[in-house]
Amino acid sequence: MTEESPEIDAPEIEEAVLPVKSAPPAEPAADMPLLRIEGVGKKFGNFRAVDRLSLDIRAGEFFALLGPSGCGKTTLLRMLAGFETPDEGRILLDGKDIAPVAPHQRPVNMMFQNYALFPHLSVRDNIAFGLKRAGMARADIATRVGEMVALVKLDGLEKRKPDQLSGGQKQRVALARALARRPQVLLLDEPLAALDKKLRESTQLELMELQRRLGMTFIIVTHDQEEAMTMANRIGVMDAGRLEQVATPRELYEAPRSRWVAEFVGDINLFEGEISSREHHRLNIWTRLAGTIVAAEPRQRVTQANVSVAIRPEKVKLSRRGPVSDAGTSQAINRLEGVVTDVSYLGGLTVYKVKLDSGAVVRSSMANTARLDFDAYSAGRRVVAWFTPDDCVVLEQ
Amino acid sequence: MARRVNGISRFNVTALALGLAFLYLPIVILVIYSFNASRLVTVWGGWSLRWYAEFFNDRAMLDAAWMSLRVAAVSATLATLLGTLGAVALARGGRFRGRALFSGMLYSPLVMPEVISGLSLLLLFVALDAERGFWTVTIAHTTLTMCFVTVVVQSRLASLDRSLEEAAMDLGCDPVRAFLSVTLPLIIPAISAGWMLAFTLSLDDVVIASFTTGPGSATLPIRIYSEVRLGVKPEINAICTMVIAFIAVVIVAASFASKLSSSQGESAAPL
Repeated sequence: MTEESPEIDAPEIEEAVLPVKSAPPAEPAADMPLLRIEGVGKKFGNFRAVDRLSLDIRAGEFFALLGPSGCGKTTLLRMLAGFETPDEGRILLDGKDIAPVAPHQRPVNMMFQNYALFPHLSVRDNIAFGLKRAGMARADIATRVGEMVALVKLDGLEKRKPDQLSGGQKQRVALARALARRPQVLLLDEPLAALDKKLRESTQLELMELQRRLGMTFIIVTHDQEEAMTMANRIGVMDAGRLEQVATPRELYEAPRSRWVAEFVGDINLFEGEISSREHHRLNIWTRLAGTIVAAEPRQRVTQANVSVAIRPEKVKLSRRGPVSDAGTSQAINRLEGVVTDVSYLGGLTVYKVKLDSGAVVRSSMANTARLDFDAYSAGRRVVAWFTPDDCVVLEQ
Repeated sequence: MARRVNGISRFNVTALALGLAFLYLPIVILVIYSFNASRLVTVWGGWSLRWYAEFFNDRAMLDAAWMSLRVAAVSATLATLLGTLGAVALARGGRFRGRALFSGMLYSPLVMPEVISGLSLLLLFVALDAERGFWTVTIAHTTLTMCFVTVVVQSRLASLDRSLEEAAMDLGCDPVRAFLSVTLPLIIPAISAGWMLAFTLSLDDVVIASFTTGPGSATLPIRIYSEVRLGVKPEINAICTMVIAFIAVVIVAASFASKLSSSQGESAAPL
């Protein structure tokens, strides 16, 4: 029962050198996780929606289940809420198996993707619904509803019916209704999918703030990696009913464990190749498309010879002739020569596509730090794309 | 061009007029002749309410009308109860064993010729040695109209977001409670539309009623039918006009109720 799950694999540079992006969550007192999922599986007919999945979630965490649609993340969430029963495995909440507990008796509440507000009830009655069922005294209900309304900033809208609310307001009512019973775990199923981009961003921040203030455990399901990265302390990436990797957003991005995760989270340049030699934590990898690439050896020893080298576009720098020399850096530098074929200006950064002589295309994104530096590398120009061994992630096939 | 934009060409107007005339001219004539002062149905003798007065003095007719109303009310209520349960089973029961058979059997009265339904019910009642009268007609009408209620309620249930019930359960309701406190209020308009539909269907049924009724308990349509066989009295026109008016009111109310039901998601109209 170690607290750190063993599947996280980060090279040494992780956490040690780089600053932590956001404040870590309050450390749980006991080493027993709040929620433990043990070998849980669920089949629909012949389709394995969730495949013997295990996961620990600590109290106070903001955990995101990220994956493409159909990967089983919603099924897993619905099993936590009790709307689906696992075919195998156990779900322990606070050490107790909740499999036999009916949805209405679980100390867990869910915020539905389409909000599922009761159309015949006012905002106040929607929020009070769960409290009435819990047998709370009338006066206490009124107080709690008032708190919730203030918490999600819905003052003055208590008497409205759901269809008289905007999308953002409905979302808030759904959140208030799910929070009103003060569940041990709040489940959020794509809570922001129906909001437009601007509203989604501000709501993300509000949700994080709310979660921190209440100290509640949030589990969110999303297919939007940016959303997961922004909000969650830890992310579980799911594919085909399995967890591909469970890690902090930074680890997930900088040290993806598999090629699938590397490609799913963010943009990436991938070169397939073979390890030709290794020396001083450096691997020389011969790739057909980019020649020999020198990469830092991951902490976990690479056993296979056939590997992929993954480099994030923002780690690939462009220059007219390449860095002047290797002097000044202790590292060998990988250089790839090619011609710029495409320049996409995205405001804050520009994405260049460089076609190598081998025919492979390398993407490089560079921040537009200077205002009048346009056309630095226009299409057709011959450039050197370079990156250091530490920028490379070595993934086994 | 302007005509096209309005969507009303001369052809459209003509077709619409002919279509409406085909549907409603007989009824209009019947209504007009119900105000005929003449004793002869086909001869116009000026305006009068005489035949309406005649009806309200006709004991047998009034009894038949009262009988019809009672049968319609009781059978519609029973049909609504059973039909709603059937709809809930179909819409919320998941894929239980024999679901296709169940739904087929539930909907079969929709396509079954009434003569066959009536005859088989008659045989059943005879075999059971049941005294034919109010209850046999009521039961027969319940079986006839139940499927209509199921159609209306099931379509409403199907359009209702399943997650509403899940949300109710998530917030502490057991399944029965979730149905009563969330689903039922949302399908009440459909249920009442179903009731009104069953009511009118029962009110104007002749075939099944004539098979299953007994002496002394004729419904209004049967009574009218038997009177007409002896020659049309202007009084019949008056009765028919009142029945048409009554049914029109109920149908309009039913369609309002069902409109309310389907638009509840978007509009805030109170029940």
